[in-house]
Amino acid sequence: MTERGASHAITVIVNGERVNRIVSARQLLVHFLRDVLGLTGTHIGCDTGNCGACTVVVDGKLVKSCMLLAPQADGSTIETVESLAADGQLSDLQRAFNEHHALQCGYCTPGMLMSATYLLRQNPDPSADDVRRAIRGNVCRCTGYVNIVEAIRSAVSAGSAGRAAAGAAEEA
Amino acid sequence: MTITKGPGTEQAIRTWSGRSIPRKEDARLVKGQGSFVDDGGVQGQGFAWFVRSPHAHARIVSIDCAPALEMEGVYAVLTGEEARQQCETPFFAIAPPPGSLMAEWPLAVGKVRYQGDAVAVVLAESRETARDAAERVFVEYEPLPAVVDTVAAADPTTPLLYDDAGTNVVWRGVFDYGDVDWALENADHVVKIDRLHFHRFTSAPLECNGAVVDYDLGTGVVNVMSNYQMPMFASMVIGPTIGVPINKFNFVTKDIGGAFGIKIGFFAQIAALALLSKKAGRAVKWTEYRTEHMLTAGHGNERTFLDIEVPVMSDGTILGVKVRAFDDAGAYLHYEPLGAVIWSQVVPGCYKLKHVRVDYTEVVTNKCPTVPNRGYSRMQHLWMIERIIDIVAKELRLDPVDVRKTNYVQPEDYPYRTPNDCVYDSGDLPRSLDIALELAHAEEWRARQRELGTGSGRRIGIGIGSTLDSGTNNFGQSRIINPDLPFSGNGEAAIVKLDLFGEVNVNIGTTPQGQGHETTAAQVTADILGIAPDMVTVSTGFNQANNSYVGFSGTYASQFAVSGLGAVMGAAEKLRHQIVKLAAYALRAAEEEIDVSDGFARVRGDENRAIPFIGLANMVYANNAGLPAELLSEVDLNARYVYVPPFEVPDPVTKTGNLTLTYASQVHVCVVEVDEETGEVTLLEYAAVDDCGRRINPMIVEGQVHGATGLGIAAALYESLDYDASGQLQQPSFYEYHAATALDIPHVDCGSIESASPFTPNGAKGMGEGGGAPLHAVCSAIQDAVGGDGPVVADSHNHWARVHELLHRDPTASRGVAVTSREGPPRVAQS
Ligand code: FES
Ligand code: FES
Repeated sequence: MTERGASHAITVIVNGERVNRIVSARQLLVHFLRDVLGLTGTHIGCDTGNCGACTVVVDGKLVKSCMLLAPQADGSTIETVESLAADGQLSDLQRAFNEHHALQCGYCTPGMLMSATYLLRQNPDPSADDVRRAIRGNVCRCTGYVNIVEAIRSAVSAGSAGRAAAGAAEEA
Repeated sequence: MTITKGPGTEQAIRTWSGRSIPRKEDARLVKGQGSFVDDGGVQGQGFAWFVRSPHAHARIVSIDCAPALEMEGVYAVLTGEEARQQCETPFFAIAPPPGSLMAEWPLAVGKVRYQGDAVAVVLAESRETARDAAERVFVEYEPLPAVVDTVAAADPTTPLLYDDAGTNVVWRGVFDYGDVDWALENADHVVKIDRLHFHRFTSAPLECNGAVVDYDLGTGVVNVMSNYQMPMFASMVIGPTIGVPINKFNFVTKDIGGAFGIKIGFFAQIAALALLSKKAGRAVKWTEYRTEHMLTAGHGNERTFLDIEVPVMSDGTILGVKVRAFDDAGAYLHYEPLGAVIWSQVVPGCYKLKHVRVDYTEVVTNKCPTVPNRGYSRMQHLWMIERIIDIVAKELRLDPVDVRKTNYVQPEDYPYRTPNDCVYDSGDLPRSLDIALELAHAEEWRARQRELGTGSGRRIGIGIGSTLDSGTNNFGQSRIINPDLPFSGNGEAAIVKLDLFGEVNVNIGTTPQGQGHETTAAQVTADILGIAPDMVTVSTGFNQANNSYVGFSGTYASQFAVSGLGAVMGAAEKLRHQIVKLAAYALRAAEEEIDVSDGFARVRGDENRAIPFIGLANMVYANNAGLPAELLSEVDLNARYVYVPPFEVPDPVTKTGNLTLTYASQVHVCVVEVDEETGEVTLLEYAAVDDCGRRINPMIVEGQVHGATGLGIAAALYESLDYDASGQLQQPSFYEYHAATALDIPHVDCGSIESASPFTPNGAKGMGEGGGAPLHAVCSAIQDAVGGDGPVVADSHNHWARVHELLHRDPTASRGVAVTSREGPPRVAQS
């Protein structure tokens, strides 16, 4: 349902696709993603910007999409959890979350995966402490974070093993 | 996973249970393709927004809805009085009088009783319009004095929440087992503790409550798509109120973003939304927001223990305990006063206490209603017992490890009958403690603690928490509260079906919220039907239309491994039996000759005589001409089974009986460092040893241990819900309520023992709630750091300021404990 009151035309690139929409001036980016674009993988867990369930990447930066209005995102490039297995293959991180039982209810998982994806782009070899710091803005109520930290750490080694294997293959 | 073929196949395959296979539900969840309540909706729906009271206690003078209704896009407003007029009776009360006179309706009527109490609900074309319109429902209030102190609430001079009840006391009962007066007279020492307080907090699931409720005016069916975790309880409570029979509800759940018991609380909202939908003639969608959740969704029980007396012998044997307990139910009785009996599943805790008297009073106050919260009601009592163990050790200069080992129920004592006739099924507490101490490197830390000595400004503390997670409860215990209640026993239903093309499908009456039911149900089904778990589809969540439910269905009270999987196993066995019967007919063999494996039924020893599941399904569903009527009457490939645990009705007069089927144990050891200057507590090491009998999927079990540990540590150090004197909640959002982060919760080292339960179909015990062991382990470690002559750690929540106070309390002030000794000169103890 479109909202009454002031509205704005915005253009954004979401998960590689260009999208033009008229949005209400007060619509949160997270509601735009969920309610307008149907990208319901991005979740909402709070109303104060504390939980990180809504975490997405905007122009290469980690953003809590409940803290941004949709019109403020005009012109930006947005990546959501739906982009991670875009070609149908789970990413190393997604696979590691499954293998290490890093999710229970799965509600925090999309935000957690986006923060972890961002972390590995910035720092391909984070320590356990780095990982904990990187996800401190993502609240999980189910796992005590134990397996999330393990999963992200293991994706690091899986990733580097993968890269090493690819390197070896190239050399051969 | 490889399956060995050939001779012995049967045996090789029957091994899916007990393995840490990765979860089936993850595939959708890691891709953001889960289906949570706010993800969906119904054509033509409106958005609901509740109008909530800013006052803790006030009379409603008037409500003016006109300004809201004048707004464009507003469909309807429903007020409390209007809702009540459409109701036949208040919500079903668990309590007898006076508790039953504390009536609750879908929305507040006449007065509001806590900050956030809902006085009206607005429906509009968008959530933003609904929210704006809610602000234009003008309510005039006449504030009344707020009742916030639990113990004072019971005082007859305190203002009343419910005039009709004539008291704020919901229920009072004395639980008296053994002879505590005798024990107090004959003990070598009596340790007296003034007051212990278990604080209010919430497990705060990351997904808030939500529902899409569609009152179909044509059929009278009320469709409730929600994340409510105990659907049949809700329909039993609200059905008679809003005049809807059970068979006209259609409760559905899908993925649920955590619940922890809290999502048992919002049946009142569902009732209000149903009436709103009926009034507006369209579906209503309601998505709770976090502040609303913190204010109104439900908090865990807060309990105050007064005048604790503990008889102890010189060798450290604790004879029992005498205590007055005051439990705070908040403003409405949303599941209470069941908590007033649930704790008695664990009367002596992990110990052989024989003489126990608990004088238990439950009151209403002007605070958010309490609801079951992971560890529900037992955790409060267990925390008190564990505090007692440590305080006794400290005051009598005994080693807390020795005191525990002396008093623990011993491995050879099982099945162990408690003073109130509960039966502890199995376990090995002393060994669990040894493993936990070793995992936490307790000995090394003890040495380090001595080395550190005084003067460094830092102190090390080592703490133990040993608790029980009693699972699969006997609802007959509700009769100890109210002998007239028509409840006893427990149970769960499941349907295992061979579908048209031979697919294996499982429906269960549970509402999983992360516990991995789809995976473990597939594991046990796979074992019985001789297939891989990948070949089993377990429907997500609850669907009333599936008919796989009983009155107790849902996910709560640590019971899935027993009642849920018991139902699935029973149904799978039934289906297997049908498959064998049908195959014997099809393959012209005797039933004894049929093996079921890899999706085929085969004649043993004859490779050429086999029929795939699809062939069997075809015979029954689509190609049944000529099949013997007798066979068809026995074989429909749609097997429903209800698992019912073996229970008797407890005795409400003596308050005795077997109240729970299984007892998983948790022994946690933690090491803290306390900064003397700031009171800051840092966890240096954390070990958890869980014994939940046979584990169907150890990885999932460990995940539950991690989660319960995380929430327990969070509650012990970071999370508390406090009201000021006027009844205003001080932590109404995640900004003030510090939901613990990855920087707050340490790595947890897990150990395990598997003491199979002799009472369950699979040797497993429910274990998801955990017993709140971290709350105690942390208190115990802080106590250790405070030191032998320091004050008692008397609160379950110890943020830095409280720890600082403990460290720096004036030595002449009360320590909160006293000891009187019978033999020899009494130990000098300050009071
Ligand atoms: S929903 Fe955005 S931080 Fe909580
Ligand atoms: S898995 Fe439930 S909140 Fe993280």
